[in-house]
Amino acid sequence: MKKVAIIGYAQHPILKNAGALNEVELIMPVVHQLFDDLGIGQKDIDFTCSGSCDYLQGAAFAFVEGLSAIQTNPPIKESHVEMDAAWAMYESMLKIQMGDAQTALIYGFGKSSPGDLNAIISLQMDPYYISPLWPDRVSLAALQARVLLDQNIITKEQMLTTVVEARANSKNNRNALITDLINESDYFSHAMISSPLNNLDCPPISDGSSAMIIASEEKAYEFTDQPIWIEGIDHRIESSNLGARDLSTSATLQASINQLDLENIKFDIAELHTQFSHEVPFLKSLLNLQDVPTNLSGGPLIGNVMMCAGLDAIGKTYESLKDNQLKHGLAHATSGPCLQHNMLVHLETQK
Amino acid sequence: MSAEDTPKDYSESPINLEYFYTAGSATTRFLNQVKEGNIVGQACPKCKAVYVPPRGSCPRCGVATDIEVPLTDKGCIESFTVVHIPIPGNPIVPPYVCAMIRLDGANISFLHLIQEVDIEQIRIGMRIQAVWKPKEEWTHSLENIKWFAPIDEPDIDVATLRFQEL
Amino acid sequence: MSDSKDLLRAPFELAYNYKRSNGPVMSKFFEALGEQKILGTKNSAGKVFSPAAEFDPETHESLKEIVEVGPGGAVESFSWIETPQHHHLIKEPFAFALIKLDGADTCMLHMVANCNEADLSIGSRVTANWSEVQEQRITDIKFFALEK
Repeated sequence: MKKVAIIGYAQHPILKNAGALNEVELIMPVVHQLFDDLGIGQKDIDFTCSGSCDYLQGAAFAFVEGLSAIQTNPPIKESHVEMDAAWAMYESMLKIQMGDAQTALIYGFGKSSPGDLNAIISLQMDPYYISPLWPDRVSLAALQARVLLDQNIITKEQMLTTVVEARANSKNNRNALITDLINESDYFSHAMISSPLNNLDCPPISDGSSAMIIASEEKAYEFTDQPIWIEGIDHRIESSNLGARDLSTSATLQASINQLDLENIKFDIAELHTQFSHEVPFLKSLLNLQDVPTNLSGGPLIGNVMMCAGLDAIGKTYESLKDNQLKHGLAHATSGPCLQHNMLVHLETQK
Repeated sequence: MSAEDTPKDYSESPINLEYFYTAGSATTRFLNQVKEGNIVGQACPKCKAVYVPPRGSCPRCGVATDIEVPLTDKGCIESFTVVHIPIPGNPIVPPYVCAMIRLDGANISFLHLIQEVDIEQIRIGMRIQAVWKPKEEWTHSLENIKWFAPIDEPDIDVATLRFQEL
Repeated sequence: MSDSKDLLRAPFELAYNYKRSNGPVMSKFFEALGEQKILGTKNSAGKVFSPAAEFDPETHESLKEIVEVGPGGAVESFSWIETPQHHHLIKEPFAFALIKLDGADTCMLHMVANCNEADLSIGSRVTANWSEVQEQRITDIKFFALEK
């Protein structure tokens, strides 16, 4: 495996409604900030890859419009994933591994405010057996929450703690959308949206964008003296047959842990793409992170830009390692209902 | 087995999604001017290309088009097509002409209708001008222009419209 | 940036009438729904998937053996919605539930209605209630209700 490093990451302030900015106007500032920070331009980028969801914009091939935020003259090599931009990073990693690129620009963007995210998420489900019932994203997550609570894998108190800590950690995140603190009585007084999940267990509707640059060993040192190395990366997906899955565990995550040999690594920090409060104690337990500071950025519960939040978990891990001189960080990105598809990224300060 | 009893080999899965769009900054600035009967393009600060309608960025340079450039409502036909097929929900009766309109001073063209001329006479390079709806009907839409109609000026060689790198 | 009060806004509706090919396995499943029967498919080890799956996600074997399951089953998990949203099909409080139908080893996602949240728990016995009109869609099962 060639050594690949993250050399920069930028995030737009997360907005409740970015109505005054179209998608292109959201993307440009983060890409420009990255270029300015590193003193480089699009000419230094070999491969550009984005992550977004056309259904969020309500137009076929809407992602193409996003490219207008990038300098495309002279022509560039680019690609797109209809997924979280964490997977755009994965594709970029492959490009570098194959020797087709030395540097890659990754960006993600999402505006959930114009549409009905609950309805849109229904449409990612099986179109024969599930979508026609219009299950919303919270109800799908709540099915897993109930299984975990019923089997005592997590507790309601852990969900409360997750929400309280997410709010408290928002002070570490200059781009946080939700910053007001809550206490136990606030939490238990909130009405259920889809029991056992109440409003505070769920992420806010969010608009925003993020960008990242990764580079081969050779190029990384050319552009920065503080690269953070991608020591391991693995993603696996569970069946699209929701009713055939065991929601109390994740065989695919376990396989990724083994593949990346994470058992014996002492992580300093972790950032998890946990959109619902019950997912934090669940994943901490699966990933053996009980004693590891997790989601110090506040995580998706204080700002959850669709198609960016997974990349943001990687970006926040990168920032934490870089800014605090830590050694090992674990980032997680997810896609699909009930943590169906998971990516683990092991970041390391030392090469 | 009657036709009604024949098992369906397909599932109907209708979907409908409701959105509430916002125009964003560049489009809002443009449409506010269109409401007043003005066509104001936006120019790239780097390559100086003028975009109408503007979408907020220069896709050549990847920067915001923050220079406002007032344009006339005159231009030429860069390309066109004669539409013979009725489109459901479209009130215009075929055959009619859709053309890529290149306004004078702009570096991109946009789609609009050509009327008040025999279809056979329409050609690339033909000079045209906007025919506006009555002022009291103006809204935030390019539909304030009913269509474009030919004007008595010599044709333009569209090859001369090709973008010149600075 | 524009002042938000000057911001232009417009409603927009996106609608598609997709028709999807059912294929040999799901055609049988939807045909049977029209006769108020629920089918599953069985793998070589005897595990039954319902709604009828075309393949086993673990062994990847093609599933062709059809068996009838249900119409009763047990709730494996549920999410209770006190205030339905506009796109939900049931307008009174209801649950989305994973239901393991009798004779099946996997769950069907569907809705449970005509009860209160307190009446429902993991393990509750439910049975299919049928729609008035059979369209050979998953919604031919209107919802599941607690067994009497």
